[in-house]
Amino acid sequence: MRWSAGARSNCCAIWSRAEPSRVSTPLASSPNGGPSGGTTGGLRIQFHEVEKRYGMRLALRGVSLDIAAGECVALVGHNGSGKTTLLKIVAQLTQPSGGKIEFHAGRDPLSLEQVKSRVGMVGHHTLVYEELTAEENLIFFAKLFGLENPAEKTRQALQPVGLSGRATDLVRTFSRGMRQRLSIARALLSSPGLLLLDEAGTGLDPEGQHWLGATIKRLRDSGCTILMSTHGRNETQGAVTRAIRLDGGKITQDSGASGNPREILVMAAVRESGEEGEQ
Amino acid sequence: MTLIRATGVILSKELRTEFRSRELLGTTVVFVLIVIVLFSFTFNPTSSESRRFGPGLLWLAFLFAGSLMLQSSFLREQTNDTLAALRLAPIDPFSILAGKMAANFLFLLLVEVILLPVFAVLYNVAILPVLAPLLLVLALGTIGIAATGTVFSAVAAQARLRELLLPLLLLPVLAPVLIASTEATIGILRDPSELSLVWLTFLACFDVVFLTAAWMVGEYLLEE
Repeated sequence: MRWSAGARSNCCAIWSRAEPSRVSTPLASSPNGGPSGGTTGGLRIQFHEVEKRYGMRLALRGVSLDIAAGECVALVGHNGSGKTTLLKIVAQLTQPSGGKIEFHAGRDPLSLEQVKSRVGMVGHHTLVYEELTAEENLIFFAKLFGLENPAEKTRQALQPVGLSGRATDLVRTFSRGMRQRLSIARALLSSPGLLLLDEAGTGLDPEGQHWLGATIKRLRDSGCTILMSTHGRNETQGAVTRAIRLDGGKITQDSGASGNPREILVMAAVRESGEEGEQ
Repeated sequence: MTLIRATGVILSKELRTEFRSRELLGTTVVFVLIVIVLFSFTFNPTSSESRRFGPGLLWLAFLFAGSLMLQSSFLREQTNDTLAALRLAPIDPFSILAGKMAANFLFLLLVEVILLPVFAVLYNVAILPVLAPLLLVLALGTIGIAATGTVFSAVAAQARLRELLLPLLLLPVLAPVLIASTEATIGILRDPSELSLVWLTFLACFDVVFLTAAWMVGEYLLEE
């Protein structure tokens, strides 16, 4: 176990069954008054020489980064460059093979349990159950996150993603775009302080992309830290404050917190369109 | 969120999903009924013969039921990578296993309760006078099957040859549970009936040891 968050040690990861302490702050204002616009305060993430090895292959090679609270960071790079692995490590879905990561809320280091309750993630897959309705899915996850009044939270979460009218329909009857919107609603349900988006625009129509871009901007403005992997040019990149390029598991370009991310984003889009042209 | 509450939430999701699709229960009930009916033709089901062979056949049918049901316990979570969604939640990782174990236990117990009357009729065994001790043995044996099966289902789900791997991992570990359950059932169906405390204690110990081990390593079992 190479996580480092607060005083939690390797053994604690197994033995400590402590109740995760929740940071409950009122939802930040959003046009819909729902969870989509609110956060519980952004998290600062520090990566120290993080490595990830899958068998003989190194997916991440000594990644060191300091992402401040409220930054909206875009990770760009080829397929297999380590973007998803980095996001999975932050989400605690996989452990780093080397190095460590620290999370802070303000000046306070957070335990892994505290971090978990403040992370929302939209992955490659939709992470929702097809045999449940949209409403049942969100109520289920709201209960797992220990949210108060799950039914009301679900109603608020479904409205901005335009699925209120389909709340009682089974997810297996949804289109790819609708599933993706439900997945985004699930990720925003707990008003996360850290939002991880792994090509979250996949499957969304232009209107959906526009809505996602606006939502990301709103979350960033409310202080949520956002870390997203992205391909090509899309609406979600409008909110980006920092861009990082990964190649072969290493950071090869970083616009920095105060730099201009556009150059890296444009170059990534140009490279990608060039590769598509070659194919 | 407490372990028990998270387990309850996951259990209710499992029950809702299964009772909505009825994929597993329907298939398993039909399969084990065929097994029990077929076995009844292999010997003359007099009372004494049935007492000799019946318990073994009964637990063999339950093993088949378990093998069918447990395979998909974690495979279902791979469809949309919903296991990742569960692991993202701020809950004890063991609650994911515990919720699934509880669901598998209830599904298996339901199949067994459906199967028992059919077994009693086809094999000419009076189960009503010994129903209470029989249900106790069924419950303890089924906890063992559900707990081990769920844990190995989690392990096998992430492997390439998962359909082959689960029986390979499961059957050797389940052998003691099946032997103890069969021996205890033989004692109960014997005339006069006798509840063997030795086998009951063995089953209870197996369940406690395996559940404790699952609690200790649950976090690592679910990791990618």
